[in-house]
Amino acid sequence: MKDSLIALARDALGSLRDLLPIVLVISVFQLFVFRDSAAALLDMAGGALLIVAGLTFFIFGLRLALFPIGEGLAYSLAKKGSVFWLVVFAFVLGFGTTIAEPALIAIAAEAAEVAAGADAILPSDEAKEGYALGLRLTVALAVGVALVIGVVRILVNWSLPVMIIAGYCLVVLMTTIAPPEIVGVAYDSGGVTTSTVTVPLVTALGVGLASSLRGRNPLTDGFGLIAFASLTPILFVLTYGTVQQWI
Amino acid sequence: MDLIVGALLFIFASAVDVLPIAIFLFAFQRLVIGKPLPNGRQIVVGFVFVVIGLGLFLDGLEETLFPLGKLMAQQLTDPAFLHEAAGKVTADLVWQDYYWVYLFALAIGFSTTLAEPALIAVSMKANAVSGGAIGVWGLRVAVAIGVGVGVSLGCYRIITGLPLHYFVAAGYFVVILQTIVAPKLIIPLAYDSGGVTTSTVTVPLVTALGLGLSEAVPGRSALLDGFGLVAFASLFPIISVLAYGQLAVLRKRVSDFESDTNNPEKEE
Repeated sequence: MKDSLIALARDALGSLRDLLPIVLVISVFQLFVFRDSAAALLDMAGGALLIVAGLTFFIFGLRLALFPIGEGLAYSLAKKGSVFWLVVFAFVLGFGTTIAEPALIAIAAEAAEVAAGADAILPSDEAKEGYALGLRLTVALAVGVALVIGVVRILVNWSLPVMIIAGYCLVVLMTTIAPPEIVGVAYDSGGVTTSTVTVPLVTALGVGLASSLRGRNPLTDGFGLIAFASLTPILFVLTYGTVQQWI
Repeated sequence: MDLIVGALLFIFASAVDVLPIAIFLFAFQRLVIGKPLPNGRQIVVGFVFVVIGLGLFLDGLEETLFPLGKLMAQQLTDPAFLHEAAGKVTADLVWQDYYWVYLFALAIGFSTTLAEPALIAVSMKANAVSGGAIGVWGLRVAVAIGVGVGVSLGCYRIITGLPLHYFVAAGYFVVILQTIVAPKLIIPLAYDSGGVTTSTVTVPLVTALGLGLSEAVPGRSALLDGFGLVAFASLFPIISVLAYGQLAVLRKRVSDFESDTNNPEKEE
């Protein structure tokens, strides 16, 4: 109990230090660029306190739960030796955490507006909702596939740089044939998929898997899953936009 | 009182987000692995902390940082402010007149990335796995510099109206060149850091800046040009983290060279 409290206090200090740059940036801009009063800044204090407390609890819980469970499952699955269940696990983790991602829901709705504005789909609510749902499914599928590819890569020991660079070359090629209104959305969807809860889980999965396999280095083989998860959505969304155009 | 109700609402929302993942993990452990979790109680307590922490964190962001950040993005891109800062009353603004925007983009990209919980998690893991060779703070500062520069350059793109894919293609070309020469250990981490940076804190502020800017600059459409800033924020950290790895190698080479020249006998 006492040890946990000390750990919590240390995390709290860390969170304070992590948030200091934001507070400085905002204060400097408010006071010197916009010349607002210092009193307006004091209104921030309550919210800032919430942010510090939240970050502290999150980091504390991360060490207690997210890292151990991700690594524990990776160890157990590697020991079980079933590639099938490993692939199923990776896919469901990727697909399941992405389909409900609030940032993705927001960006999909906006993208439907863009598509309707560009006459790519009908401007009715029904068509927009269908398009947004299609986009969300596409991105979720992309993340599921990404984690499967990433896990198989760790098992088979393929070269990460070759795969990622080939993927980005494909992205650049697809950009030239995809309709222009989807390009910005596609590029942004690569970034929004990796949420705060998913990233630690996926990192722990990769590192746990690489350290339980013989001949793998957790540093060079364990990382790279997130890289796939931010690459495939771009590719899949560009394809989605291109196919939508043809229909 | 409102504060407590608000916080509870956010904690409830984050529980709704996290619960399906937790249920899936526990079910998988039970049904496929067939054994209960070792130290299951600790993990349940940890999940409770994650849910409460995430809820409070998002509540705090929505209460203060997001409204303020979005307001500042609007103020900065307001034509009246821009004309005053440039000292021009009626003349057209050229891209240099937006210097406050670039500076703000750089600062806000850098500082929000340092507070990004997902990046903290990855840095902790990388530090543990590398046996301390990759510093938690060093990696995070490298990523933060990348995001700051990326968002700033993304603003320049919106202002000048240059096509997004020119920058992205050029950026990937640099990444390919760096991948060939950078130390092998840093490469997977660098690729990962592109996706990690853009989550809870950075995306909403950067998106607000992009939308505000594309509305304020004549001839840009929010729908076509407002998107794409996140892409910059996830591309440039790859470059800066690869550079961080290259720099570490370079520093080691310099110090080896110095110790060699200081003790010439050691060579033989």
